[in-house]
Amino acid sequence: MTPPVRLRPGTRVRVDARGVDHHCRTPRYLRGRLGRVVAHLGAFGDPETLAYHRPGALRNLYQVEFEHAELWSPGEAGVLIAADLFEHWLSVEDD
Amino acid sequence: MGSDRHDHDHDHDHDHDHAPIAEGSAVSDESLRLERALRELLIDKGVIDAESIRRQIEVTESRTPAEGARVVARAWTDSTYRDWLLADAKSAIGAFTGLDLAGTPELRVLENTASRHHVVCCTLCSCYPRAVLGVPPSWYKNAEYRSRVVREPRAVLAEFGTELPAGVQIRVVDSTADLRYLVLPLRPAGTDTWSEAELAGVVTRDTMIGVTLPRAAGDRSAGGPVSVAPPLGRPGQDDPSR
Repeated sequence: MTPPVRLRPGTRVRVDARGVDHHCRTPRYLRGRLGRVVAHLGAFGDPETLAYHRPGALRNLYQVEFEHAELWSPGEAGVLIAADLFEHWLSVEDD
Repeated sequence: MGSDRHDHDHDHDHDHDHAPIAEGSAVSDESLRLERALRELLIDKGVIDAESIRRQIEVTESRTPAEGARVVARAWTDSTYRDWLLADAKSAIGAFTGLDLAGTPELRVLENTASRHHVVCCTLCSCYPRAVLGVPPSWYKNAEYRSRVVREPRAVLAEFGTELPAGVQIRVVDSTADLRYLVLPLRPAGTDTWSEAELAGVVTRDTMIGVTLPRAAGDRSAGGPVSVAPPLGRPGQDDPSR
C-alpha cells in the first residue's frame, strides 16, 4: 500500500544519525545533517529489507538538498548537494 | 526481484568513509570472486541461466551515449519535447529513441541553466543512467570521484577542464536510491544554425554526467569533448567490460 506523503517541498529535515549494520541507501556523510525537501519522488521498496531478499515495504523517497557548508568545513559557497533519501531516515525540523 | 529493478552494485556498497583511492580497477578481487560464486550458484539452482545473463550484458553494452546525445539535441531544438523530457523522462526518451525502457530504473533529467550546473554521481556504488548512456566510465565508479565530487566539486570539475563562470551554482546530485539522473547540458553559443545531428555531435557522455560542457567546434579553448585521458582515471581504466 502506498504510504501517505508526509513531507512537502521546502520542509526542513534532519537525516537520522543512527548507525546500521545492514545494507541501507543513506550515505554516512549525510547522517545527522540538516537539509530541505525538494520533491517527493515516489514510493519504493525498502532497500534495507529488499537487500536480504525479504519483501520491502513501500517507503516514500524524497530528494533532499543540503548546503555544502552543512556537510563540510570549510563549505564552498554556491554549491548544493542533493540526494534521494527515504522518509524513515528524515525528521522534521522547525524553521 | 529487487536486484533486477535496482541497478546497484551491491558488492560495492561499503558504507564507510573512504580511504584515498587505490590504483587500479574499481572492482576488488574479492568482489569478482563473489560475483562469480553468486552467478554460478544462481545458474546451478536454475534461478537464471547463462544465456539470459549474456543477453542482458549484450543489451546493456549496446546502449551508448549516442542515445542520450540524440535526446539532448532534440530537447535543444524542440521546447515542447524538452518540457516532456523534464516532466517524464522515460516516456519522452522511449518515444523518441525507440529504446525499450521497461524494467529500467526511474529516470530524471536535470536541466542546466545559465545560473545552475548539475553534476551526477553515486557515492554509495555506481548508479548511472545505463539505459541511455550505456556502461559508466571507470572513473565514475572509483572511490576518488565518488568521494571528492561531493566534497570539492569545483576542484573535480577543474580537473576535467571545466571552469564555470563565477556565479554559476553547482548542484551535485547523488543517486543514492531508485532514480537515475541524466544532465541536460546548456546548448553552446554559436550553434543557432546547427542541425539536430550536428548538435548531437557535441553532446558527449561526460557532458551528460555534468563533468564537462559541450563545446561548439572551434571553441576548444578549455578542455575538449570527451576526454581521451580522463583526469581522474588512469590508463586502461575505461574498460568497457565493467
